[in-house]
Amino acid sequence: MTIARDTWWMVVRQARNLMREPIWIALLLIQPMIWLLLYGQLFSRVPALRGSASTYIEFLLPGIVVMNAFFGGTWAGMSMITDLDRNVVSRFLATPASRLSIVLSQVVRAGLTAMVQALIILLVGLALGVRVHGGAAGWLVVLVIGALVAMVFAGISHGIALLVRREATMIAAANFVGLPLMFLSSILIQQRVMPGWMQSVARFNPVNWGVHAARDAVVTGGQWGQIGVNVLLLLAATAVTSAFATWTFRSYQRSI
Amino acid sequence: MLTTLTTPDSGQALVAGHDVVRHPNRARHAIGYVPQDSGVDREATGRENLMLQGRIYGLRGAALRQRVDDLLQLIGIAEASERVVRGYSGGMKRRLDIALGLVHRPSVLFLDEPTTGLDPEARAAMWVEVQRLAAQESLTILLTTHYLEEANQLSDRLAIVSRGQVVVEGTADELKRGLQGELVTVELQDSNGSAADAVAVVDRFPGARETSLDGRHVNTRVPNGAQAIPAILGLLDDANVTVASVTTSRPSLDDVYLHYTGREFAADDTGDAP
Repeated sequence: MTIARDTWWMVVRQARNLMREPIWIALLLIQPMIWLLLYGQLFSRVPALRGSASTYIEFLLPGIVVMNAFFGGTWAGMSMITDLDRNVVSRFLATPASRLSIVLSQVVRAGLTAMVQALIILLVGLALGVRVHGGAAGWLVVLVIGALVAMVFAGISHGIALLVRREATMIAAANFVGLPLMFLSSILIQQRVMPGWMQSVARFNPVNWGVHAARDAVVTGGQWGQIGVNVLLLLAATAVTSAFATWTFRSYQRSI
Repeated sequence: MLTTLTTPDSGQALVAGHDVVRHPNRARHAIGYVPQDSGVDREATGRENLMLQGRIYGLRGAALRQRVDDLLQLIGIAEASERVVRGYSGGMKRRLDIALGLVHRPSVLFLDEPTTGLDPEARAAMWVEVQRLAAQESLTILLTTHYLEEANQLSDRLAIVSRGQVVVEGTADELKRGLQGELVTVELQDSNGSAADAVAVVDRFPGARETSLDGRHVNTRVPNGAQAIPAILGLLDDANVTVASVTTSRPSLDDVYLHYTGREFAADDTGDAP
């Protein structure tokens, strides 16, 4: 399979380049911890927010995994703009490289990064006394959810990157999408205490699908059917947004 | 279009025998493309760049490593191969660009203005490089350039493109000869009396055009200077005109370029006039 082979080598390239950035690695590790500690302290006094979880940090941890993955995915398109600016993409286009792999590798890379971060967050949580009630399967669900949420938004992000092709516009677009979707989810508070209309909107928010599945795995450690439905929804969303990114890539190809 | 980056609206194009529309991947395997603006991955090392490029073309294992080693040697950046490209000089980056186009042993290499932005020394080095590559890798090189001196030095055949149309093509010598012919200047020993005769004598040579007198110099244009000089000297000798020196000069490629693109402008101007 050329697509799989090319995608793999392009993921290797991107991952290796990122590992050369010490600041990037530092942020990768530190950022989730800061969120976990900051929000954990901020909201820990309000018991109504955490629902059935025994501590707020236990309630928050799966949310932070999803939030991290979601932000990572939203910004993933920046690296496509860099590659476009530096003519790396046009160099690949003159080779027989699978065209699909040029886009898909970026999406996969975002998913893998989020997975590594999810693992770090789980380990930090373990140190803070958070028990994953779903056991080993629970850990796996959280990792998969991290990857899927990142990939859903990496697809959108790359689609936008390929349409606007400018960093400044890209930043504006990412912020425009990012913050509303975060507050229209139960990352920070449980869904039941949200205003009614927000609850209805949140039902269609992929961020929220991820939060629910990850929280089921960590806090309740059951409801595997619900988790399965949310994972399937995220898989479908990944397929749709990746198709969108691929479509914008075609239109980029036509524009050169 | 020939690099398969863009698709033609109509018509057919073959590169190394492959149809670029119907079999783009076959064409891509046959060509190497070195874009005008470097397409190297600046955050990766020179070796990593070449390895990835080779893998895209389906090379692997020992064969790939050997090829990459050879290329690093060939372009003279073997010592810098483990360094990140961001720290390379402009010339090194350019040579790495070319090596990226060569990994899969293409039969045709497209070089898009390979010396733009290089200092004269690096440019001269690049010319030597290109000539060596053409010989060593038995390549057909299609090079585009704005430097006529470069076209003159490197090309076996050249085409001048103006407004998207090939206006003329041939070898550099053919084009220069095809222009107004070569300039032959005869310097006379003394200018008194015989000068006007000398002009008439020179003009009698078949093919001589635009013969004129400038002080003690008689200028004329002939299709081939080297062949014309003995005959012209013979004619002058018969007419008892003493000659001090003879020189010929060929039109430069600049003259050829201006001739063909200038004519385009003129034609366009009349075309646009109401």
